[in-house]
Amino acid sequence: MSSDQPPQSPRENVGARRLGRAGFLGLVGAGVATLFYGKQISSVTSAVTKPFADATGLSHIVPSSGWRIYTVADTMPVFDRATWRLKLDGLVGRPLELSYDQLLALPKVQQLSTFHCVTGWIVDDVHWGGVRFHDLLASAAPLPSAHAAHFVSAEIPYDDYLALDDLALPDVMLAYEMDGQPLPQEHGAPVRVVIPDMYGYKNVKWVERITLVPRQGAGYWEQRGYDVNAWVGRSNGYG
Amino acid sequence: MAEATTTPPRGARASSRPRYVQRFTLTERLLHWVHASAFFVLLGSGLILYIPALSTTFADRPLIKDVHFYTAVSWAGAMILIVLLGNRRAVRATVREIDLFDRDDRRFLAGRTHAPQGRFNAGQKVNAIVTAAFATLFFISGMILWLGERNTDIRLGGTLYLHDALMYLSVILVLGHLYLALVNRSTRHSMHGITLGTVREDWAAAHHAKWHPDAPATTVAPPLNDHIPALADVDQIKRATNSHQEGEP
Repeated sequence: MSSDQPPQSPRENVGARRLGRAGFLGLVGAGVATLFYGKQISSVTSAVTKPFADATGLSHIVPSSGWRIYTVADTMPVFDRATWRLKLDGLVGRPLELSYDQLLALPKVQQLSTFHCVTGWIVDDVHWGGVRFHDLLASAAPLPSAHAAHFVSAEIPYDDYLALDDLALPDVMLAYEMDGQPLPQEHGAPVRVVIPDMYGYKNVKWVERITLVPRQGAGYWEQRGYDVNAWVGRSNGYG
Repeated sequence: MAEATTTPPRGARASSRPRYVQRFTLTERLLHWVHASAFFVLLGSGLILYIPALSTTFADRPLIKDVHFYTAVSWAGAMILIVLLGNRRAVRATVREIDLFDRDDRRFLAGRTHAPQGRFNAGQKVNAIVTAAFATLFFISGMILWLGERNTDIRLGGTLYLHDALMYLSVILVLGHLYLALVNRSTRHSMHGITLGTVREDWAAAHHAKWHPDAPATTVAPPLNDHIPALADVDQIKRATNSHQEGEP
């Protein structure tokens, strides 16, 4: 007699129950439920994990504050205050280049807003400081034919577009401060776009040139299939 | 997972060259090592994507992302291929073995680690079940993350949280696994089984008293064949089992 059953001793099946498959399905079921209720579950678990991460110093290593650093080039741009310039050109009456100090001299605004990444993570209550785009662009005198802005990043080849109407939203800015400090390198120093109602990839980091154009084009991620107007949607847990 | 720490029988020292018995088939070992290799590549690339300090050090994110994604796809394809092309009967038998928890298994999990165990002790069964479930969930959540970046309509709010939580839990599980496989003296011989397929007969008797393989009469590690005790004649095994048990301490 042959069998593909593992060899068993007489004691093997005493009180035997088929628990393995049930355990597997239970774990997978709990995981699938987490896909739908992860935000609620994380608010409960973070009450335990956050104090632990703070006490052990783990919060300085892992992104417990929510930020993750995404780049597309193999190195990050380095900010040199003495040589850095922000170019404003395209459909403008007065193309210009602003130094960092000239940028800081423009009217400063501050706001608290939530940052949404398209990959699903969220950072609440980020404290931004910077300039509104109408204050920034006014000095370059935009032409009536301009309807969008092309943001070129020093992180080559990253770029993206935003409609001028969207830049006029009350919580959209070119930020040079984050949480009370000059914008850190990994967050786009010295300046980045902040448009809280759109996913992070529209919030271009390391901006070094703004060109006004007749209409929006396809930026770096839009050329790879992402939405041109990346409004934060219900799928982000903010329904 | 913990194993029984029964002292090997004295009789095992009688022979200067230990007898080896087959514990894992080639199919099982391939599944283990493909899974383990993929896990560490995925963990390394995933940590670079996850931890800000590493993200800024290894700034070529698109490359790391490709490594992560294609390793996951290759892992899934390889696991399916190994099962399809390998010893499917042995895999089915192993799945049944892991599925079944008897009274001694439950005693083992309750902390009575001297409870006699089969080819897999109860801790190893739990490890296998949790690992399989985590791998399934890693793959599902990873695919949703990948697709969701391209079409935000199919994103789910808890996907990233699940993927991260699985990583933390898996690292804890793997650290325990590595300790028992590489450090803990009484259990680290199991590494011989998962690499070469065989374990010492005296070690098997001490740690897996209810597993009585159809031991080949050899004093050296047998070659890397795909023989499994599961395919042996049950009557013969039972006879061997009864006579073997009489000699156990």
